[in-house]
Amino acid sequence: MAAPVLRWSCPARRWILANIDRGPRHGRGSPTGSRSSGKRGQSSVAQQPLATAQKPRKGEHQWAAVVGLEIHAQISSNSKLFSGSQVHFAAPPNSLVSFFDASLPGTLPVLNRRCVEAAVMTGLALNCHINKKSLFDRKHYFYADLPAGYQITQQRLPIAVKGSLAYSVFVGKNRNQVINKTVRIKQIQLEQDSGKSLHDDLRSQTLIDLNRAEGQLRVDANISVHHPGEPLGVRTEVKNLNSARFLAKAIDYEIQRQIEELENGGEILNETRSFDCKLGCTVPMRDKEGKQDYRFIPEPNLPPLLLYDSASLPAGADPQQVINIDQLREQLPELPRVTREKLVQQYGMLPEHSFTLLNEVGLLEFFQNVMKETRAEPKRVTSWVLNTFLGFLKQQNLAVSESPVTPSALAELLNLLDQKTISSAAAKKVFEELWRSGGKTPAQIVSEKRLELMQDQEALEELCQATMEKHPQVVMDLKKGNPRAINKLIGLVRKATLNRADPTVIKEMLERQLSS
Amino acid sequence: MLGRTLREVSVALKQGQITPTELCQECLSLIKKTKFLNAYITVSEEVALKQAEESEERYKKGYVPPYNATVVQKLLDQGALLMGKTNLDEFAMGSGSTDGVFGPVKNPWSYSKQYREKKKQKPHGENEDTNWLITGGSSGGSAAAVSAFTCFAALGSDTGGSTRNPAALCGVVGLKPTYGLVSRHGLIPLVNSMDVPGILTRCVDDAATVLGVLAGHDCKDSTTVQDPVKSFILPSLTDVSKLCIGIPKEYLVPELSSEVQSLWSKAAKLFESEGAKVIEVSLPHTSYSIVCYHVLCTSEVASNMARFDGLEYGHRCDINVSTEAMYAATRREGFNDVVRGRILSGNFFLLKENYENYFIKAQKVRRLIANDFVNVFNSGVDVLLTPTTLSEAVPYVEFIKEDNRTRSAQGDIFTQAVNMAGLPAVSVPMALSNQGLPIGLQFIGRAFCDQQLLTVAKWFEKQVQFPIIQLQEIMGDCSSVFENDLASVSLKQ
Repeated sequence: MAAPVLRWSCPARRWILANIDRGPRHGRGSPTGSRSSGKRGQSSVAQQPLATAQKPRKGEHQWAAVVGLEIHAQISSNSKLFSGSQVHFAAPPNSLVSFFDASLPGTLPVLNRRCVEAAVMTGLALNCHINKKSLFDRKHYFYADLPAGYQITQQRLPIAVKGSLAYSVFVGKNRNQVINKTVRIKQIQLEQDSGKSLHDDLRSQTLIDLNRAEGQLRVDANISVHHPGEPLGVRTEVKNLNSARFLAKAIDYEIQRQIEELENGGEILNETRSFDCKLGCTVPMRDKEGKQDYRFIPEPNLPPLLLYDSASLPAGADPQQVINIDQLREQLPELPRVTREKLVQQYGMLPEHSFTLLNEVGLLEFFQNVMKETRAEPKRVTSWVLNTFLGFLKQQNLAVSESPVTPSALAELLNLLDQKTISSAAAKKVFEELWRSGGKTPAQIVSEKRLELMQDQEALEELCQATMEKHPQVVMDLKKGNPRAINKLIGLVRKATLNRADPTVIKEMLERQLSS
Repeated sequence: MLGRTLREVSVALKQGQITPTELCQECLSLIKKTKFLNAYITVSEEVALKQAEESEERYKKGYVPPYNATVVQKLLDQGALLMGKTNLDEFAMGSGSTDGVFGPVKNPWSYSKQYREKKKQKPHGENEDTNWLITGGSSGGSAAAVSAFTCFAALGSDTGGSTRNPAALCGVVGLKPTYGLVSRHGLIPLVNSMDVPGILTRCVDDAATVLGVLAGHDCKDSTTVQDPVKSFILPSLTDVSKLCIGIPKEYLVPELSSEVQSLWSKAAKLFESEGAKVIEVSLPHTSYSIVCYHVLCTSEVASNMARFDGLEYGHRCDINVSTEAMYAATRREGFNDVVRGRILSGNFFLLKENYENYFIKAQKVRRLIANDFVNVFNSGVDVLLTPTTLSEAVPYVEFIKEDNRTRSAQGDIFTQAVNMAGLPAVSVPMALSNQGLPIGLQFIGRAFCDQQLLTVAKWFEKQVQFPIIQLQEIMGDCSSVFENDLASVSLKQ
């Protein structure tokens, strides 16, 4: 599992499940969910009509698609949700398994405080109502990566409900038209992760790793289509999508598939499908039974989880034993929406640029560090960071943290540009050199490669004059009105200056000289 | 063997061609013979042999737990010596200790002089052992071990009466502490919301002593209470005039043997004659208790037994066609009929279409049953007095005429409502029946008032002076056990 969309950092065995929906609950099925496979399945989510993307065909009604997402995200913590065992990325298989993780009889779950805090903070960040009392349940099914034969989850009463997330979509030819949308968050629940299975088809066996420290983010999509005004259609579930790109593709494909199926008189089965990323289509997963009954019961070994706020905190309560929602709210870091707004306000940045800055890990910090050390205009810094710098990173598939160019170096470079010590073109060359051989300062590179702009205006004037005299034909062309002639002249002058003059300045001079 | 590769010798060990100890001995022997090479500066013979022994344990068929239950560890930390593990009904399901894979447990009283005299049987004659008596269950092994003086205390489990029932039939004290007082970490769960570790001893004071060691919050068990535990040193009660004893009328059932009923009355009168207030009380939902317990118990069992799939530990069948086939065969082989029956029932009750009508309904009835006790205790009653069992111990050949479920329903009748309410209860032996077999009575206390409960029980124990089992004939020269010189040992209070 790779490419998380939301960074929740280090792997852990604990998971939050966020149900994202886009509209009113349609109450399809009970919360225990009519699930169709023997594999891990989750409860239903509410859905809402999305803006119709399909044109009416053959005089048929319009179609509306309804999409709900289940997002599994690992919590960053030192130990697992219910057992004391540690969490380490890429540890050898089954090296981080406590007695409880292996479901040894007699072991009992003990709730990890840090995980509860993370869930509350997530709920607060997503504008949820935090349930001061939430419950744990057992969800039963047999599978090799589920040693206890059940998963502890929060099915009846999860820790947070009824939240929302405001987001923006960029549309239009240049993707610079912003549409602001809101998606509803049905609930957030804490739950156990299952183990990892590796299928060895060669030896017809499956290997199980109970460390469960891999896989930071996973999304299941629930999709159905219907005619607006009519009841919602049968939904399918597409499981285990682990990148935003595949998620989008899978959803688009599935919507199309369902529409085509229905228009051809077929029917949609309430089934689980997986996405074949090579073929770009969804395929049904092996499914023996129609529906899976998880036989939910309350988890008897975990009392109800009670949370407090400053108003309801019992007097003399041991701070080690209680969680105060208000305290956690104060500890929330600045949310991305707020950061983006600040960037737009402070730097006059375009909204779409603020998104890009925040969507790359470390990029915002890089940008801010450059801003600290440079006199250049924010717009120019933005442009350099988002276009040049980011471009180089993407080309070589590097993270910001792996950049050979430091913020200081870029700041210095931009200062040189700002002071008109070098031209724009020269600056790009310097940047390339900085990237290739970290260690030299921009000033050093400029001097080594003799990229300074000519400072002597008189000398430049003379060069312009001389060039024009050497190429009377071009001058004639220019006077005749040939627009390309001026560029040729500029090019010639530049060549004569060994590229050390700003073309804009040259052009100015030439035009002035010509007109006089 | 010593010339083989690691892989080869590992296979040989697994297949039993050689044992770890044998292999170890071979190495040690060769080390001795090649001493002249001067390769070793230290030979850790004892350590190696000990490790070989531990290795043998691991190769044995079956699961050997890699950790101690909290209650076991607490006893060991206080210097207790672990004499062994005792027998029981499989997964604690049963009330006879007859349905375990190691065979049934025999009640020591079967061999007692008191019983034998009444039966007019020769001590070591033929047919001696065909009519032996059950211990009750499910913690019958522990009860028998304590009853036969082989140890001073034993642990059991109590989910519906599994500690109190065999205690009564074996003439020992069986204590069920309040739910949440003693850690369940390491107790293989039957019904998580009702299980507690049970304590079996020969006198009430000993039970209190053990409880004092075991009680208290355990961070590994989230259902243990956080409040600090009070002391369990029992005062010697002399004046019971301030006590109010409740006699639940619904416990007078037709199946109750006349002997037990008569002893029950006698006990009530005893309290009355010493000045206590003895009143009849009502626990109106008692009759629903068995059915309610059945639904909740099987439901939790179905859930708790799901982990026994042969993958991580324990028995695994030979089938490897598919994971599901392996699960099915392993569980079919590994569980007896009783366990399988409960799993199937439980899963039925937990099906989506049944959950509301069975599980939820049973939880509601459970609440009513628990409230019955609350109401009675709120009306001024300190302790309830009831029978523990319907009758004295019966012969095994009689007992097995009915199935486990029927016998469990009968055996648990007076005890399991207590588990549903999470209350403390203790069975104290009162007197011998006409057949010379022990009959015990049950005291039920308020939640977390275990000390008060035991104080009353201790007073009662002193009043009734239950006779010591006489096992000289089968114990041969262990006569020192039976010196009746308790009087010469004075205990500072």
